[in-house]
Amino acid sequence: MQMRSLSTWLILGLTLTFLIGPFIIIIFAGASAGNSLAFPPDGLSLKWYLKVFTVESFRASFLLSMFLAVVGTLFALALGVPAAYALNRYKLPGDELIRTIVAAPIIVPGIIVGLALLRYLVVPLNFTVGMALFFAHTALILPYAVRVVSSSLNNLRSDMEEAAVLLGCTRVQAFFKVVLPNIRGGVLAAFILGFVTSFNQVPVSLFLSGPGVRTLPIDMLSYMEITYDPSVAALSALLAFMSVAIVFTAERLLGFSRYV
Amino acid sequence: MSDAFVRLRDLTLSYGNTVAVPALNLDIREGELIALLGPSGCGKTTTMRAIAGLLSPTSGSIEIDGRDVTRLAANKRGIGLVFQSYALFPHLNAFENVAFGLRLQKLPEAEIRAKTEAGLATVGLTGFEARKPAEMSGGQQQRLALARSLVMEPKVLLLDEPLSNLDARLRLEMRTELQRVQKETGVTMVFVTHDQGEALAMADRIVLMRDGKIEQLGTPADLYDRPETAFAAEFMGFENILRSEGRELVSDQGRVTVGYESAAPMLAWRPGAVEIGSGPLQGRVIASSFAGGHREYVLDTALGPIKADAPVSIPEVALGETLAFDLPEGTARPLFA
Repeated sequence: MQMRSLSTWLILGLTLTFLIGPFIIIIFAGASAGNSLAFPPDGLSLKWYLKVFTVESFRASFLLSMFLAVVGTLFALALGVPAAYALNRYKLPGDELIRTIVAAPIIVPGIIVGLALLRYLVVPLNFTVGMALFFAHTALILPYAVRVVSSSLNNLRSDMEEAAVLLGCTRVQAFFKVVLPNIRGGVLAAFILGFVTSFNQVPVSLFLSGPGVRTLPIDMLSYMEITYDPSVAALSALLAFMSVAIVFTAERLLGFSRYV
Repeated sequence: MSDAFVRLRDLTLSYGNTVAVPALNLDIREGELIALLGPSGCGKTTTMRAIAGLLSPTSGSIEIDGRDVTRLAANKRGIGLVFQSYALFPHLNAFENVAFGLRLQKLPEAEIRAKTEAGLATVGLTGFEARKPAEMSGGQQQRLALARSLVMEPKVLLLDEPLSNLDARLRLEMRTELQRVQKETGVTMVFVTHDQGEALAMADRIVLMRDGKIEQLGTPADLYDRPETAFAAEFMGFENILRSEGRELVSDQGRVTVGYESAAPMLAWRPGAVEIGSGPLQGRVIASSFAGGHREYVLDTALGPIKADAPVSIPEVALGETLAFDLPEGTARPLFA
């Protein structure tokens, strides 16, 4: 009994250390009073946390990342909700194949997706890097959108729509008046998941960067190659807080974990 | 029949290449409460969905109130349907569920309010306006679904297995409720059921269906007392059906000689029509159960198992013992198909 509780605590302790440890290191490394990225920090100060907001390129790349995450996710939902609906409600020929293709961007390693988009979209078709980034992020979010929305559609009986039609709705009205209000939790969950996925995306974006067009994580990488100061750690900590806050709020408001 | 309100002509319904209902003809009168009765897979629900417009017929036509609606979209037909699962809108409260269809018609708010309140009152749900469907009992949900359809003043109200999700007590209550609403509103009602008891108790006329075809159409008394086919007889509780050949009764298990010759090729007896305690036939009791007013026996006979009800005045016969019985011609229902 004693042994068992000891090993339980040991496993729990190790797990938490590996999960939360890096996060704590980052928070403190960013709060260093010294000039280089180090742990333990040389004294404590908030100057690097403040400096983050003054770096010009961070501001531009943050806006780009925000744009990709918000607009890309909305775009993916605009494609994904109807797709999930169609896959759910109709017996489509080759629906398994469609599901596989939709899921492909998360199965294929990001490096390959990024390289392929660069080689076959940007170079031959003269896509701007920004457009390619937008496509890539939309495609990466799409699988989550389809999946999460599908699972909430599964819980919705189709006779509800038939009832709406018999009360005078067109099929389209039935979708907006009856289906959408009842899957809004799933749609919001998909939005948050898509947002976080896009915002934290590195491998695909790595290939799709150009002069002045960098997502925040990529910008942080290149910043670190030149300037090895604690501001990157401070920024990472801020971003981690943002993600945690979003997921926490979502969980509180609509039981986010039910959908994921 | 010239007074048909709903008229199905050679209605053929299929799923893919499977024909579920081949060339159905049926006339339903205005204000009638009609039951589509049959075992699962007999085409009753399919037929109902076609009347509602949720399923397009392969061929044939549907006429409602003198108008051909075969190609008319479901949302333009003016038909109500109470789903087996009720299909209430979970995100709307009871009031908004009932007002849903009225709002689509863009009626003035005061009229919507008045009609919705009246609809809720008809089904006894006044005071439940603010409840969500999930906060209501099965019986209340059922009545809410009914009110939601009724406020639209449908030409025809369809009900899919309206009592199947209710417990026994509520089922009885809802039966009376449905009949009352039908009499009050005068709406033509078509309900689908697999339960002959429900159909017998509620319907003005019963359409007994089998394999997409009408097996028999008639009043409850017609079907109960005068089934025309072996299938109808069996469905109506004639549990002993035997072939009649010369002066013999024949089953797959064997044959016995009786003292009469029937003109019909088959004869059917309810368990209560079998005479027990005396008679030329013998059976060994293999099951016996007390059913209040009578005792139900299953007898192992030369014809296979025979079900017989004995009045309680006859002393109980133990399992394994032999009992004399008779299948009299006078209590038999002759069947010609």
